[in-house]
Amino acid sequence: MGGRDTTLVLLDENGIRCDGRKVDEPRRIMIKAGGLKNADGSAYIEFGDNKILVGVFGPRDVHPKHMSNTDTGILRVRYHMEPFSVTERKNPAPSRREIEISKVIKEALEPAVMLDKFPRTAVDVFIEVLQADGGTRCAALSAASVALADAGIPMRDMVAACAAGKAADTIILDVNNEEDQAGQADMPIGYMPSLEKITLLQLDGVLTPAEYKKCVETGIHGCKIVYELQKKALTEKYFGNGEK
Amino acid sequence: MTSTSVIDELKKSQILELLEQGKRIDGRALDEPRKLMIEINAIPKANGSARVRLGDSEVVCGVKIQPDRPFPDMGDKGIFICTAELLPLSHPSVETGPPGPDVIELARVVDRGIRESHMIDLSQLVIAKNKSVVGVFADNVVVDYDGNLFDACAYAATAAILSSKTPKWEMKDDVPTLVEGGESSVPVTTIPVSVTMGKIGNYIIVDPNGDEWDSMDARITITTDSNGNICALQKGGTGGFTFDEVIKCGEISVKVGSKIREKLKQVKEGGQ
Repeated sequence: MGGRDTTLVLLDENGIRCDGRKVDEPRRIMIKAGGLKNADGSAYIEFGDNKILVGVFGPRDVHPKHMSNTDTGILRVRYHMEPFSVTERKNPAPSRREIEISKVIKEALEPAVMLDKFPRTAVDVFIEVLQADGGTRCAALSAASVALADAGIPMRDMVAACAAGKAADTIILDVNNEEDQAGQADMPIGYMPSLEKITLLQLDGVLTPAEYKKCVETGIHGCKIVYELQKKALTEKYFGNGEK
Repeated sequence: MTSTSVIDELKKSQILELLEQGKRIDGRALDEPRKLMIEINAIPKANGSARVRLGDSEVVCGVKIQPDRPFPDMGDKGIFICTAELLPLSHPSVETGPPGPDVIELARVVDRGIRESHMIDLSQLVIAKNKSVVGVFADNVVVDYDGNLFDACAYAATAAILSSKTPKWEMKDDVPTLVEGGESSVPVTTIPVSVTMGKIGNYIIVDPNGDEWDSMDARITITTDSNGNICALQKGGTGGFTFDEVIKCGEISVKVGSKIREKLKQVKEGGQ
């Protein structure tokens, strides 16, 4: 991102990345639907070395009351990182970064959730990052969609998310922490594959218009991979062994 | 900043009806930004400053430049920080107190656009490696609100940086000491331009005004650099974009951005 000088080889002569992946290969992804007893819906995701837990409550009464809307339900999202989730201990108070990520995840989920069916209520999504390793917002968004579905909240589609980016002058899928720090660009994408709508899109780093197009295409390709795993997680919970 | 203000439902449908005829509520073309007025050095006590009016949104940006300790992992780079704040006089709905998510996002998106373009060559802002560096702080305050603060703040910060003169410091007895008469321009490598587009129905409009801002389904802010590359982007709002729309917005941001860059360039040329 900052183009920091490092001796790390991001892409070797055989087109293999610093963690052994190919340019278009995502990290290992494991999604589990459910798992929490008290939450109305929950999900756990491991996305490379990211470990994220999501709990959903609602539709339920809104506190404070003045936040409620008589026309529609409201969605509230809190993205929070544990102090032990990163190398240097993180102050547990919400940072400006966490507040911004909470907002972009909320806005990424809103097009998918049919909130108008539940006026005067709130759906609360609590995202807890237990371990962070680059790309937490995408992993969190993917898990949050599964948790919302697990809570039985009507949805138009699930939002799948994956980042694309640029390192060693090459467009790559699923940027890891090292590539984020030393690479040239990071573009997180949230996508509703059935509705073909992009609901989360950010970028830092420099891309030519042609690279920009390729980066969006690559990210959408990653979202489609995640989407299959999201569906599989739900199928496994509700139909057992992945059979319908 | 805007989600709480109530817009007349009639105005909302009027905006959409006009768009269906290819028109906008204030008579602009869909890809036409509002009139941009830039006054530089409005605050002589700052090292650089700009007062920018984009339509009826107005922002004052002051740049302060002072020695600072470097970030631990960036001992060979100066510091750049950009903030944005909505003053209570800018709109009846703005209250005092800590900033909400909207304002935090605004400040972070404006900062990111300038930072990721590498506008300021931070490697030239080192006084003593790992000990003392030059910090450039660009603080935006919004004094009048009529939509699209992302671009208004970005232009104000960019113009203020372009107009800035940095003092010179040298290490004496391990303390950065001011060198008299050593002033120079801030080292600038490129001029970033942010272009914010709103989506209403299936229409993409550039630089939404306050009424349009309240009617938007989604928005996208794209920053381009002097080479016509895209260097930062943020999607916002509750709607979504198709792949084709995202690519089209990229093209619009390059095209509209190049015209605004010409205007910002005059600041640099006029200021030197």
